[in-house]
Amino acid sequence: MTATVAVVTFPGSNCDADLRHAVSLFGMKAVAVWHKESSLPKVDAVLLPGGFSYGDYLRCGAIARFSPVMADVVRFAARGGPVLGVCNGFQILTECGLVPGVLLRNEGLTFQCRDVTLRVEGKQTPFTRGLVGQTLRLPIAHAEGNWFTDPETLARVEGEGQVAFRYVGNPNGSLNDIAGVSNAAGNVVGLMPHPERYVEASLGGVDGAGVFRSLAGSITNTEAGATA
Amino acid sequence: MRARVYVTLKPGVHDPAGKAVQGGLVSMGYDEVRGVRIGKFFEMELADGESDPRARVEEMCRKLLANTVIESFRVELL
Repeated sequence: MTATVAVVTFPGSNCDADLRHAVSLFGMKAVAVWHKESSLPKVDAVLLPGGFSYGDYLRCGAIARFSPVMADVVRFAARGGPVLGVCNGFQILTECGLVPGVLLRNEGLTFQCRDVTLRVEGKQTPFTRGLVGQTLRLPIAHAEGNWFTDPETLARVEGEGQVAFRYVGNPNGSLNDIAGVSNAAGNVVGLMPHPERYVEASLGGVDGAGVFRSLAGSITNTEAGATA
Repeated sequence: MRARVYVTLKPGVHDPAGKAVQGGLVSMGYDEVRGVRIGKFFEMELADGESDPRARVEEMCRKLLANTVIESFRVELL
């Protein structure tokens, strides 16, 4: 059966179509889910896109977190379902408490829009299967990507292998060069760089493809495991 | 009833925007400015009738107005 992936659209999301395109390139079916829905359709994974949900009012992601569909996204994550937040989606995940930390204003105060180099690290997640140890080149486009947390949480995140992506050359002042983190279980991942923007050579790069291939592979494996 | 809420960054949380404002003030000649921390101020109109309005506003702060990972809040009821 074809894997089905929900891409949630909030008012102000602007990478939702890119995410759906990336999902469909790798043999999965993308389903657009409006944030006002009270529940998710039956899906195998949920992606939260980049953009400027609610105009970044109050704090990035702070208001989107209370969109009606998010309660079901939190339940989906608690059941172990794969959830990925990219850029603003990452900010929403931190506001929900689904992944640790918070994203502060970039240290240099400027919007950073360029390619960065990342190292894939940490425990295996549905989005980094077979990628750990690799170096990727992906674009970033954010003003609030400066990941921060208290020292105790930082020690736990580092100690438990929850750093999923680390910058090689820090663009925003994030603690320990952290670009992306997972939850303790590893099924929820947030990252600032945009893998969906580099999935075809015509877009300028293909290093984001592995994230979607990983998701497709992990969904297939889960289904195979469930029916075995 | 009105509530005033002050949301401020916890000590130790880096505030690059505050630092930029400080730099601006110093370059204007206000050399005495040793540090600037930028926070948020909310003024809210509340309907009467809640038995514990302070507890309600503090709950609003914890749930939405402040991110307690990095921010503290203070509530005044008028």
